[in-house]
Amino acid sequence: MTFARRAWVVVWKDLLVERRSKETLNALVFFSLLLLFVFQFALGPDRERLAATLPGLLWLGFILAGLLGLGRTFVLERENDCWEGLLLAPGDKSAIYLLLMLVVEAMLLALFVIFFNLEIAAALPGLALVVLLGTVGLAAVGTLFAAMTAQVRARELLFPVLLLPVQVPVLLGTVKATEAVLLGEPLGAVAHWLKLLAAADVIYVAAGVLTFDFLLES
Amino acid sequence: MRRATSVFGWLAAAGLLAGLVMGFGVAPRETTQGNVQRIMYLHVPSVWVAYVAFAVVFVASIAYLARRAEAADRLAHASAEVGVLFTGLTIATGSIWGKPTWGTWWTWDARLTSVAILFVMYIGYLLLRGMIEERERAARYAAVLGIVAALNIPLVHFSVVWWRTLHQPPSLMKPGGSAMPGIMIVALVVNFVAFSLLYVYFVAKRARLLRLEEEAAA
Repeated sequence: MTFARRAWVVVWKDLLVERRSKETLNALVFFSLLLLFVFQFALGPDRERLAATLPGLLWLGFILAGLLGLGRTFVLERENDCWEGLLLAPGDKSAIYLLLMLVVEAMLLALFVIFFNLEIAAALPGLALVVLLGTVGLAAVGTLFAAMTAQVRARELLFPVLLLPVQVPVLLGTVKATEAVLLGEPLGAVAHWLKLLAAADVIYVAAGVLTFDFLLES
Repeated sequence: MRRATSVFGWLAAAGLLAGLVMGFGVAPRETTQGNVQRIMYLHVPSVWVAYVAFAVVFVASIAYLARRAEAADRLAHASAEVGVLFTGLTIATGSIWGKPTWGTWWTWDARLTSVAILFVMYIGYLLLRGMIEERERAARYAAVLGIVAALNIPLVHFSVVWWRTLHQPPSLMKPGGSAMPGIMIVALVVNFVAFSLLYVYFVAKRARLLRLEEEAAA
């Protein structure tokens, strides 16, 4: 089987498991809603303050949801002793988590729009691009590190400790770009950030594909 | 091997002594910053050693994954530890300099931030190593992380530079020649050499210790 075909098989299997169990997606959407409450309580009802911190809050929400969702990437495989199965079909599992993250992010964005009474229709295409670029980076490194920490003691602790510092460029780039897009600036004004995000995505995906097999062997 | 190590140790000791004499005795008092500026003779070589150490981690990690030589893994481990130590020294000396000069121990300037991110990234690397019991798996996972972390360094650099910059621009290597008087450069170079020797000595000692620990455990 070719690499693409093997990767697709793994994605399909994960999609099927998720569609039937729905455990990750349901919990994550609910978690996003709770995050929104927490942000609201922490910042108070002042709309201007909220608007100023919105890009940061949005990505904080994405990253926190990502930490929970991505951290579970390989838990199922470990609990069901499917690690050897993955060895036989070494596709990249990041694709499924990219999809999952995008769904969660779309929901979180919608929740923000509803609860914080935002007007983002004009900024939506630009925002979609930024979110996509940021999420590819998050999912690529997140999946790699989730595989790394799946078999480790204190996995829940180690996963964010490894992921957060590595995600700093993605976080800075996405927050700055989101800020500009929400202010109605053209994408050209933040082209350097978009290029940085694209470069990060290429580097993370390439590093992930090249090193992933080393993590699976046992 | 042991003899070579102790030669490096003595050379490093002599170099550090010479560096102190040069930095505190021979080099002139800087006119605007005063004696505080002399901490540069420790600060700049520290950050140099830190970057060299992490570059060595990167190369040794690739070498380990390619050849599976345990010596390469021990080199990566030792170098990461020494790198974290010198990154800590860089931050500490920078803080001591920053308090009287900038009026603050810490500020979210670009270069401070990127060194701080480097610090937490490689502390995560050491944490990962510490949390995996099986020797071979720890080596393999750490090698993957060592590669990803190193690839991330340029991304972190550019993102935080665009994010903000306050640090005084490099005075040693900049277009149009150095602004520093010659004697200061000599003092700095002596310290560069001394710190590099110290790095080699520490890594050699630490790698040997790791090997002996493994032999004792086996």
